[in-house]
Amino acid sequence: MSKIILIGINHKTAPVELREKLSFSDEETLKALEFLKQDEDIKESLIFSTCNRTEVLYVPETGEQIDKIIAFISHHKKVDISEFKNSLYIHKEDDAIRHLFRVASSLDSMVVGEPQILGQIKQAYRVAVESKASGVLLNRLMHKTFSIAKKVRKETGIGDNAVSISYAAIELANKIFSDLSQKSVMLLGAGEMAELAVEHLISNKVKDIVVANRTFKNAVDLAQKFNGQAVKFEEREDALKDVDIIISSTGATDYVLTQNQVKRVMKKRRHHTLFFIDIAVPRDIDPKINTISNAYVYDIDDLKNIVESNIEQRGKETVKAERFIEVAVLKFRKWLESLAVVPTIKALNDKMSSIVEIECKKTLSNLNHFSQEDIEAIKRMTRAIATRTIHDPILFLRNTGDHRDDSLYLNVTRQLFNLDIPEEE
Amino acid sequence: MSLQTADMVLQLTTVLYFISMAGYLLFLFKQKSMYQKTAFRLITTAIVFHFISMMIYTIATRHAPIQNLSQSLSAAALALGCMFLFFQYKFDLKILGVFASALLSAIMLAVLMIPDAPVESNAVFKGFWFYSHIILVLTGEAALGLACGTGILYLLQEKGIKTKSPGFFFKRLPSLDFLDNVGYTCLTTGFALLTIGLVTGFIYAKIIWGTFWSWDPKEVFSAGTWLVYAALLHLRLYSGWRGRKSAIMTIIGFFIIMFTFLGVNMLLGGHHQAFTK
Repeated sequence: MSKIILIGINHKTAPVELREKLSFSDEETLKALEFLKQDEDIKESLIFSTCNRTEVLYVPETGEQIDKIIAFISHHKKVDISEFKNSLYIHKEDDAIRHLFRVASSLDSMVVGEPQILGQIKQAYRVAVESKASGVLLNRLMHKTFSIAKKVRKETGIGDNAVSISYAAIELANKIFSDLSQKSVMLLGAGEMAELAVEHLISNKVKDIVVANRTFKNAVDLAQKFNGQAVKFEEREDALKDVDIIISSTGATDYVLTQNQVKRVMKKRRHHTLFFIDIAVPRDIDPKINTISNAYVYDIDDLKNIVESNIEQRGKETVKAERFIEVAVLKFRKWLESLAVVPTIKALNDKMSSIVEIECKKTLSNLNHFSQEDIEAIKRMTRAIATRTIHDPILFLRNTGDHRDDSLYLNVTRQLFNLDIPEEE
Repeated sequence: MSLQTADMVLQLTTVLYFISMAGYLLFLFKQKSMYQKTAFRLITTAIVFHFISMMIYTIATRHAPIQNLSQSLSAAALALGCMFLFFQYKFDLKILGVFASALLSAIMLAVLMIPDAPVESNAVFKGFWFYSHIILVLTGEAALGLACGTGILYLLQEKGIKTKSPGFFFKRLPSLDFLDNVGYTCLTTGFALLTIGLVTGFIYAKIIWGTFWSWDPKEVFSAGTWLVYAALLHLRLYSGWRGRKSAIMTIIGFFIIMFTFLGVNMLLGGHHQAFTK
């Protein structure tokens, strides 16, 4: 029977320098898959590579072909085997399936629960399908992978909580304001941190961006980058009148906004809500501002606390996710086993006999004038028809020949006759 | 069509309100939209049955069931239900159902527990102005009740965010802005209905007793309640009293309403007394 094997490195086994060396771009993947397709020993293959992992999933024709795949990686990425051999993990059969399910469900990610990984795996699968490197087994496996990943996301809280600082800040902003696209943001300080924070907000589309910085030129530069406007640092109190979210990251040693300043502004803005995100150390925003009604101040420690408690929460959800995955692995194993010749033939036989039995019963119940012998004869005949009908297909399945793909024909048979064990999705 | 039928339908209504409340509580904890949808259908059905029950009563006795305390409460509950459906349709604030269904269940339980005081038919209590007065005041107060509910939700969410400990409610409640907005709409709607309701009351009083204002305790307290809400709206519009302060005021306002509705009649008497006997 065909084996499923997975070889790879990830952020847990290899440092970023090594991961970079072994990562495959889309074109490289395409070329590599083409190469593997030519190889007679490899039946099906798929490569996925993200910044945190490079993994090769394959079904060998004979044996396990592990050394071959390792040599192949080394050859394609021009990295000496000794350099990465110790960082590799090799999963076979159920372990490989389980690993794949865990990766797609984001249980193996650096940030558990992050949503990008599923998209990346889908992309890798698309490349494999386009280059026809994947086949019956991997196609089915990947589809199951997507559905288990979806189930985990939907039915556990694994992706619910923000586990990065900027994400936590945006989540808070969304619980304070009903529509971020109607809100304006002011950046105090034009450093790298500010830029990062705003990039996240821009993907959430805010109305306006105002940048205030001590060095006015930097403010102008950053404002230009985000299509915003720059104001002088001294104008910041005045600018507060028209913005809703303030992200502060200056290098100032003193508070750049004080309680009295904000109190004054609050009156001018008719007490519309202000949300301060202070990512500077030492802090820029006077924490006492948080006591003003309709003003909320979160500094970097507050955000970190939220993130930490969310990570803890995520740990609990992981247990649930692992359980789903165990069930899915078992189911897939069952399907794999059903692909063997004997169970397929048995299922085919069972299906035919049950059809014959049902139809006989239906017809004979309306024909009262037959004698018991007539009934027996008719039953024998119908059974014979059924047996003869599937005789040739069964012979074919018993002996598909050396160069043909067993799993392909078995899979087709199961689909044609609808022999699959019904599965709940 | 008999009084017994009306009573039976009313009991069924109460049971439905309770099941709906259970559904909403499940929704609150489990966050499955299925529970909310079921609970919402149940509460809608309950409200329809509630209406039917009152219709049967009216047809059987030739006057509307607002003659004693139990009936007045029941009518108030129906008004609350209708207003809830209206605001749910307008804002789709699903979690408000937890508050509405719980309040409705509590009121209906009281309705069934309070012994029916004998109803004396009184020719004075009928006519267009009388019914307008009752319907407007009850729906107005119901809207203000929902404003109180949103106010409570606002305070729960606000506390979590202010103290930097987003907890149980953080995920389950919408944004502060949205809650404030819903609360404000409930408040203005309720205030408008209450205002017209009071005016129709004056007109009715003028027709029946020949005077707009008779220093009846209920009249005094109603005017007081109206002034509290008028002040709140004024502060909101001209001094930016929004968010937390506004939420606290709507909650206090609703307690004053409840006192005006029940307490005044029980403790102080007056010509509204019959309704809450």
